[in-house]
Amino acid sequence: MNARQQYIAFSALLVKEIRRFMRIWVQTVLPAAITMALYFIIFGNLIGSQLNDIHGLRYIDYIVPGIILMSVINNSYANVVSSFYSAKFQRHVEELLISPMPNYLIIIGFIAGGVARGMVVGAAVTGVSMFFVKLQSHHLLITLAAGVLTSMLFSLAGFINAIYAKSFDDISIIPTFVLTPLTYLGGVFYSVDMLPAFWQNVSLVNPILYMVNAMRYGMLGVSDIDITLAMAIIISFIIALFSFALYLLNRGIGVRS
Amino acid sequence: MQALKIRNLTKTYKGGVEALRGVDLDVPEGDFFALLGPNGAGKSTTIGIVSSLVNKSGGTVEVFGHNIDTDLEAAKSCIGLVPQEFNFNQFEPVVEIVMSQGGYYGLDRQTAYQRAETYLKQLGLWEKRNSMARELSGGMKRRLMIARALVHEPKLLILDEPTAGVDIEIRRSMWEFLRRINEQGTTIILTTHYLEEAENLCRHIAIINNGYTVESTAMKSLLRQLQKETFLLYLQEPLEQFPSIQGYAMKQVDETTLEVDISAEQNLNQVFGELAAAGLQVRSMKNKSNRLEELFVKLVEKGQL
Repeated sequence: MNARQQYIAFSALLVKEIRRFMRIWVQTVLPAAITMALYFIIFGNLIGSQLNDIHGLRYIDYIVPGIILMSVINNSYANVVSSFYSAKFQRHVEELLISPMPNYLIIIGFIAGGVARGMVVGAAVTGVSMFFVKLQSHHLLITLAAGVLTSMLFSLAGFINAIYAKSFDDISIIPTFVLTPLTYLGGVFYSVDMLPAFWQNVSLVNPILYMVNAMRYGMLGVSDIDITLAMAIIISFIIALFSFALYLLNRGIGVRS
Repeated sequence: MQALKIRNLTKTYKGGVEALRGVDLDVPEGDFFALLGPNGAGKSTTIGIVSSLVNKSGGTVEVFGHNIDTDLEAAKSCIGLVPQEFNFNQFEPVVEIVMSQGGYYGLDRQTAYQRAETYLKQLGLWEKRNSMARELSGGMKRRLMIARALVHEPKLLILDEPTAGVDIEIRRSMWEFLRRINEQGTTIILTTHYLEEAENLCRHIAIINNGYTVESTAMKSLLRQLQKETFLLYLQEPLEQFPSIQGYAMKQVDETTLEVDISAEQNLNQVFGELAAAGLQVRSMKNKSNRLEELFVKLVEKGQL
């Protein structure tokens, strides 16, 4: 395939992915907006109003970037894991496997679909947050980079999960037992400075901590982590996961007999 | 040029099941080729390897000269696949399924739409273009997979039991459609359990069994191997006396039906002549069983020895 054909093939897959989640927006976009509105009401307004400021910011202002990023993480992951696993389950992944599309392009297509949903949901949650706080943007480019890169990373994680999944149960295990704990312990609702020294060090092995802080730096200008280090770690994870996903697809693991 | 050339193809699945032990195939360009074999013979595995859905264990496969080990992308571009099982998104509109597939082969949306319109119309599905795939009947779903496989206008179309479970009217219209596509230059490989279908459509045939190629030849030369054919003759009037014709094995099935064996050295004209001389008119006749079916059973049985 020449470059133009590859672009067309990528676009076809991306359009299909976007159509898929927009066709069922009530299941894919709306729930995140409602859930996050509840977070703002309960943690932000009701409980947050009783708490001290963090880094000179009201608690509700402090948690907004993390909540937006949490919805981006969950939805990017969910989109790719469910889309690719469904494609395996219904066997229409074969449409892609028999085509001359290179494997890396198939991965990029699914990742772009995951990022698209992550951004749509992120935008929806950002819109909801504006009912509760005055939106801040300390550094727009870093905010967007943190959102898009995090979305790419978790789309890749979802893709790898879907490759290994043999049942629908398998695609809910990682989100329940890995993703949710890491997200909640990744500094969405608190600053790691508030933790004892031991738990601060433990938190440093949680990759989500770096993403939340990168997002927070972009929106509010405060971070527990050096922003360059945070970005370097996110990009390193993306490269590692992409390489692994490509290796799996090239070997045909989970998709070819 | 050979549309498909397979040499010593082997496949051993995890767990040690040997699906293919040495399949050889040569499919000439422009051919209508039947790939036959009993269930579990290795037909679908062979097709899976050719279309890169199954990893081979050994051997070589070339599609229009493109080796799938060294030139997979080019080989894939030549192939359109209609698999045995439905493998499209049941929750997607018909036209989108066909157009997306075109996109994966690098067709822009306008061209993909035009092709989708052409093939969906030819296959009688255009009225259903905006329906969700799950709303289609079984026959429509099979035709949808044919339209999808043709959207990039492949040089080699592989159909794995395309008419399974399809009523006779639709089956015959699919035959006509496939004949037309073949006449326009597309090489077609067909697997089917309807041997009448293979005999009617295909010029060459390969039979595989137990993972080996048992036979691969022209349909006509294969049928010539038949040493004996059995015909049923339907008479105009009920028989009053059983007619005996010297040299021919004949028996009475019912009062208006005779069964006669014709060997390679004999002919039906003599039978008709003798019956006419005895005052019997033959209204119609048919082969007792499909000729290819008789050979198929023999070859498969031989392969199992």
